[in-house]
Amino acid sequence: MRGGDPAAGGRGELAGARARAHIGLGTGMSGNERGEVMERLGGSRVRITVSAAVSACLLAVVPPPAAAQSGEIPRTASGRPDMNGIWQALGNAHWDIEPHQARAALAMQPGPIVPVPADEVVALGAAGSVPPGMGIVEGGEIPYLPEARARRDENRGNWLERDPEIRCFLPGVPRAMYMPFPFQIFQSESHFFITYEFAGADRNIYLEDPGPPQVDSWMGQSFGQWEGDTFVVEVTGQNGQSWFDRAGNHASFQLRVTERYTMLGPDHIEYQATMEDPSTFSRPWTIRLILYRDINADARIGVFKCVEFVEELLYGEYRRAPEGEAEAR
Amino acid sequence: MNGRLSLLLLLGGFAGGFPGSVPAAVAQSPEAEAWTMPRTPGGAPDLQGNWSNATLTPFERAQGSGPTMTAEEAAAVEAGQAEIVAERSEASDPDRPPPEAGGTFTVCIDSATGCYNEVYRAPGERVARVGGEFRSSLVTFPTDGRIPEVTDRGRRAVREDRAFRDRFGPYDHPELRPLAERCLMSFGSSAGPPMLPNYWYNNNYTIVQTPDHLLIMAEMVHDARIIRIGDGPRLPSHVRPWMGDSWGRWEGDTLVVETTNFHPLQRFRGYPSENLRVEERFTRVDVETILYEFTVDDPSVYSETWGGQIPMKAMGDQIFEYACHEANYSLSNVLSGARYQEAMEAVDAAAGTGEQR
Repeated sequence: MRGGDPAAGGRGELAGARARAHIGLGTGMSGNERGEVMERLGGSRVRITVSAAVSACLLAVVPPPAAAQSGEIPRTASGRPDMNGIWQALGNAHWDIEPHQARAALAMQPGPIVPVPADEVVALGAAGSVPPGMGIVEGGEIPYLPEARARRDENRGNWLERDPEIRCFLPGVPRAMYMPFPFQIFQSESHFFITYEFAGADRNIYLEDPGPPQVDSWMGQSFGQWEGDTFVVEVTGQNGQSWFDRAGNHASFQLRVTERYTMLGPDHIEYQATMEDPSTFSRPWTIRLILYRDINADARIGVFKCVEFVEELLYGEYRRAPEGEAEAR
Repeated sequence: MNGRLSLLLLLGGFAGGFPGSVPAAVAQSPEAEAWTMPRTPGGAPDLQGNWSNATLTPFERAQGSGPTMTAEEAAAVEAGQAEIVAERSEASDPDRPPPEAGGTFTVCIDSATGCYNEVYRAPGERVARVGGEFRSSLVTFPTDGRIPEVTDRGRRAVREDRAFRDRFGPYDHPELRPLAERCLMSFGSSAGPPMLPNYWYNNNYTIVQTPDHLLIMAEMVHDARIIRIGDGPRLPSHVRPWMGDSWGRWEGDTLVVETTNFHPLQRFRGYPSENLRVEERFTRVDVETILYEFTVDDPSVYSETWGGQIPMKAMGDQIFEYACHEANYSLSNVLSGARYQEAMEAVDAAAGTGEQR
């Protein structure tokens, strides 16, 4: 009997983790105006305790202006936007989150006239070429510090060796949100959990502040709070090994991602994420994209354990050669 | 806190030669009696939270013993485990000799060799207690608490699998290594179904519940199983995801989940899972417990259906990310080590004497 990676398993020591859920309704209101929804775990009733003045304020906040435009937002029993369902981004951000031109391949080599696809990918033909994209970065360009930009360019030149997606590593945040794979949100009064088809990545978004992350991890630690109808998630404790896309865009372990999930209607979520990492970027920057609901009846996300599919890539060179070929090596 | 409690149990056990009283920690607390079923806004029993199925109760019952233990026997088992943990938690001797060269690799739980010390382990501290009974096995039917006889067909499938593997050396190819070494699934049946304790570590689960889904994330290999509640089209028989295709329905306050379409590599207990059907029943029974019941139904492997009961206990801790594949140096090391060894043997053979390298 043998475990997987002994260094990876572990358990935290948070005391009194989930006795009772207190959910702040802060929507730019000051602290003493804040309403509290107290869910009584012992029964199905939800009691809302707010002062009369704050009630008026709350009513003014719900629903947000955007919702009225494209249909009624589904809501949970306690009145939150209900994001349960299967979602996926459209577009080409997974190739490169910055605006980009179509190009022949991600891995290139010099050619007699112009650069040509590298030997490793030439067989993919059009399937290996990069479609153009308008990008999702507000202002178009990621504000890298000079060294970090050089590293991005180096990453880009070594895509096959360096992109964690190729090795089926957990994608990190925000990359997981706009990969060409669906994900499913499980939202209840006490939990908000996202599971991604790619690599079976998971995020348990804590609704109570878990404190600073105790360890760094691939998907980081997420803490979510509602600001009116927007779900705001602070992601910290990522290990700095994730990329943003296939174009080598990167950050360090100091990255703090602030995500904002806002439903525009029953089938659309506006997703924004602001990146702060003073060791990589000269200022915070933001991406914005739309998540689309899979409205197919009986839609489901698949199980895509790509670990199995990269064994030849990662371990193929260590296979035992068939008898007779050993000497030829 | 737990460590100290275990130590107290241990000391109590030594001093009194396992006295007759049930330790206070094991007895039901007064709050448990006043407990009312937590429910979701839709009225279903609320199964959510972080849970652990770690237990000291063995999976199968020792031959000839009864289905339950007395409180004294249970206390003795728990004290014995606490003693082992306390021993293994002692600091290693800095003057200990290095492991013997060429020694046989075994599952090293001996902290002196540095393989796994007790820090990594959490095999359970308690005997499984169901309905006030201390259980001597998790398997409860057949009534002898033991897995029924395997059919000829089941045995043949295992023989064929072994015969195929015998055509290779154990380290020839990654596909010949166990799923756990490949970071594909846990060793044992952590994510399952059935979800079984592994008596080693990370027996933890996060459950999130919506009106039409139950999500269960097993800590091991961060495996998230999505159970659909209600009715809908089942997967075609050739589409066989890891953890199968799970569908749930409420029978009163119990969620009953049926799973088929297991992945062909996900062999349960080493037997093919092609015809495996697992039924699970989730019932909240007190403030800190889900009673998890499972039935294994596969006439092509077992002479009769069998199953058991496992209490899943609320845990107050977070569950960290179990990222296995991302740092899986062991698989490349095992395979490349074998190739190196072969190359050295070839050099020896070429030299003819075996002395030269």
